[in-house]
Amino acid sequence: MMALNRLVSSSSSSSAALLRPLSALSRSLSAAAAADAPITVETSVPFVGHNCEPPSRSVSTTPAELLSFFRDMAQMRRMEIAADSLYKSKLIRGFCHLYDGQEAVAVGMESAITKKDCIITAYRDHCIFLGRGGTLVEAFSELMGRRAGCSKGKGGSMHFYKKDGGFYGGHGIVGAQVPLGCGLAFGQKYVKDGTVTFAMYGDGAANQGQLFEALNMAALWDLPAILVCENNHYGMGTAEWRAAKSPAYYKRGDYVPGLKVDGMDALAVKQACKFAKEYALQNGPLILEMDTYRYHGHSMSDPGSTYRTRDEISGVRQERDPIERMRKLILSHDVATEKELKFCSREQELHWSCVLWLFSHDIEKEVRKEVDEAVAEAKESPMPDPSELFTDVYVKGYGVEVFGADRKEVRGVLP
Amino acid sequence: MTNLLWRFRGLALRGLCTSSAAAAVEESKKSKAAVNLFSAINQALHIALESDPRTYVFGEDVSFGGVFRCTTGLADRFGKHRVFNTPLCEQGLVGFGIGLAAMGNRAIVEIQFADYIYPAFDQIVNEAAKFRYRSGSQFNCGGLTIRAPYGAVGHGGHYHSQSPEAFFCHVPGLKVVIPRSPREAKGLLLACIRDPNPTVFFEPKWLYRLAVEEVPEHDYVLPLSQAEVIRQGTDITLIAWGAQLAVMEQACVEAEKDGISCELIDLKTLIPWDKETVEASVRKTGKLLVSHEAPITGGFGAEICASIAESCFLRLEAPVARVCGLDTPFPLVYEPFYMPTKNKILDTIKATVNY
Ligand SMILES: Cc1ncc(C[n+]2csc(CCOP(=O)(O)OP(=O)(O)O)c2C)c(N)n1
Ligand SMILES: [Mg+2]
Repeated sequence: MMALNRLVSSSSSSSAALLRPLSALSRSLSAAAAADAPITVETSVPFVGHNCEPPSRSVSTTPAELLSFFRDMAQMRRMEIAADSLYKSKLIRGFCHLYDGQEAVAVGMESAITKKDCIITAYRDHCIFLGRGGTLVEAFSELMGRRAGCSKGKGGSMHFYKKDGGFYGGHGIVGAQVPLGCGLAFGQKYVKDGTVTFAMYGDGAANQGQLFEALNMAALWDLPAILVCENNHYGMGTAEWRAAKSPAYYKRGDYVPGLKVDGMDALAVKQACKFAKEYALQNGPLILEMDTYRYHGHSMSDPGSTYRTRDEISGVRQERDPIERMRKLILSHDVATEKELKFCSREQELHWSCVLWLFSHDIEKEVRKEVDEAVAEAKESPMPDPSELFTDVYVKGYGVEVFGADRKEVRGVLP
Repeated sequence: MTNLLWRFRGLALRGLCTSSAAAAVEESKKSKAAVNLFSAINQALHIALESDPRTYVFGEDVSFGGVFRCTTGLADRFGKHRVFNTPLCEQGLVGFGIGLAAMGNRAIVEIQFADYIYPAFDQIVNEAAKFRYRSGSQFNCGGLTIRAPYGAVGHGGHYHSQSPEAFFCHVPGLKVVIPRSPREAKGLLLACIRDPNPTVFFEPKWLYRLAVEEVPEHDYVLPLSQAEVIRQGTDITLIAWGAQLAVMEQACVEAEKDGISCELIDLKTLIPWDKETVEASVRKTGKLLVSHEAPITGGFGAEICASIAESCFLRLEAPVARVCGLDTPFPLVYEPFYMPTKNKILDTIKATVNY
């Protein structure tokens, strides 16, 4: 029940955020009151459970939620495309891993939980950060190592964090974040505040020993931890089947139940995460395997086309793309249930689907503008002060000295 | 000394060459070609697999050539049973390598970046290094060689830049080796592979493409635990290893303009290290400067300085000096501030010489 309340409040606040900045079209849309009318949508494919009864395929949602999913995913996609070009123009240096293709996981998960729940993930962290309420300017600034970045420009692409949004970040060592997630969950269980932790990792990371250590602890102590395996089917250039005897990651917890989810379907992700949260609060850990796909190469130095075919990539884009799926859903939903709804806009009688079609393109245009503006703003943010090189190593004032390169002439107390 | 083709950040550097006399004679008889460092490593691995059928190469993505292309072509030539990808599990794959080596095989393990060697730290320190000692020589894993690219690349950030060599230099039973150039890399890697002790071989990834040198095509080894004076001088002794030598070399050239004659030594093997060569040089110059990219505190430079202060106390004319990375995590921004750059070294050379 509590979870349900939170669900309602979080989705209504996100729809408010969604509708505020949009054009006249959107204002008329919200005025049409249809935006909050509950509707039910079937997930693309059934869930598959391991030692648990999977949730129903029928997901309840609203037109406003569908539109907010669409918008958030479009924004994430656009952000990653912009990061790609910033990298190519050398404004982003170092290692950079993009999330395009996997947006439905971030968006669907967020819609089922609150910011009091924790998320911890690996280095492919930009979009999770946005989902947790981070801003585009903070993201781009961090990517370019600027002061306005979410980690003061000191982390870069792989190290986004947002404490007030329950985002424990951005970790560089494959698999290392998962036991940390169990520690977070233990803390949550201890204070009994009804919150859970989502600890995310990849199909490659699933083979690290730490994963199994984490699973055992989580199960042993009934921790409210949900281990989310984002199975994009490759760990760098290695296809899942080359690295895993059993690529059924949802079953790899053995005594820990699991659920296989279409990670390209934001509604399926939402349903699964809602189920997982309730389950974990009552019973302890659960694995969610999100079947997803990354369009980009592993990192910016990987063209992403040597170990998989172009047909494979374009096939996924055509048939499973999470944003296109959402666009279609918005349109087809209209056809199914809102046939009669006519809508007045710009003194024209437009059919609902037509409005939505325009609307989705309007959203994309608007998102593009937002992203461009954020990039421009981030570029204006200065580099961190050089003295920041020494800060955050230890707690300020705890007596640690710094030395010059030769340890003799330059000497000072850490700022 | 042979003249080398050395490209480093657009700067032609001479003198960082190999000059093992015996090798030079050998080489003049055989063919050599200018190759970069990753290709030299690749040649060494081809030779290792070719010359001993009980040699195996494995690690993350190695059968595709590895992220730095060091293992290109090996799987095609020697088959998937001898050159293979492992799952992403450093602790497990190093442990596996120890077992394989304990059966009398040569296991060459690639750790994708030295930054990712830590999950395997326990296997290396507690299993590999002590196997011989604790079994009274019944068992050992001397056939184990762990290769890992280390060091800065200009913009690698926290987890693609570290120099973890000092951690392993604290472990009796291991050998730690770091080459400075393509020719050195090939000869030292082959020496590590054939050495009957477990070795950790850190490759300077900054130089994978940048360093180009004539490398003999044939099979050769360079001696371990033997340092090399790569530049003769009389005023101060400079010690470094790996990529840092190129920076030191630039500082030597600049110092020379001020009339300071520097003697530059490549330590090559960090443990067990060649004290004799270093001591002989310090006895001559009376001054010592050690430089490495790893943070200064607890770095391997500290060990060298302490040893030399002990053995050459009466000959030292100035305090021993270290120019190293700062005591901070490896930074994403301001990497040049962190790094022991040419100018920092030059300043310290002058301060030490004018002490
Ligand atoms: C301990 C460790 N080993 C190796 C790496 C290098 N590395 C970074 S990402 C990666 C592949 C991870 O694949 P997966 O877990 O499937 O995540 P994805 O990149 O697909 O999101 C590897 C090998 C690392 N960062 N840490
Ligand atoms: Mg993956």
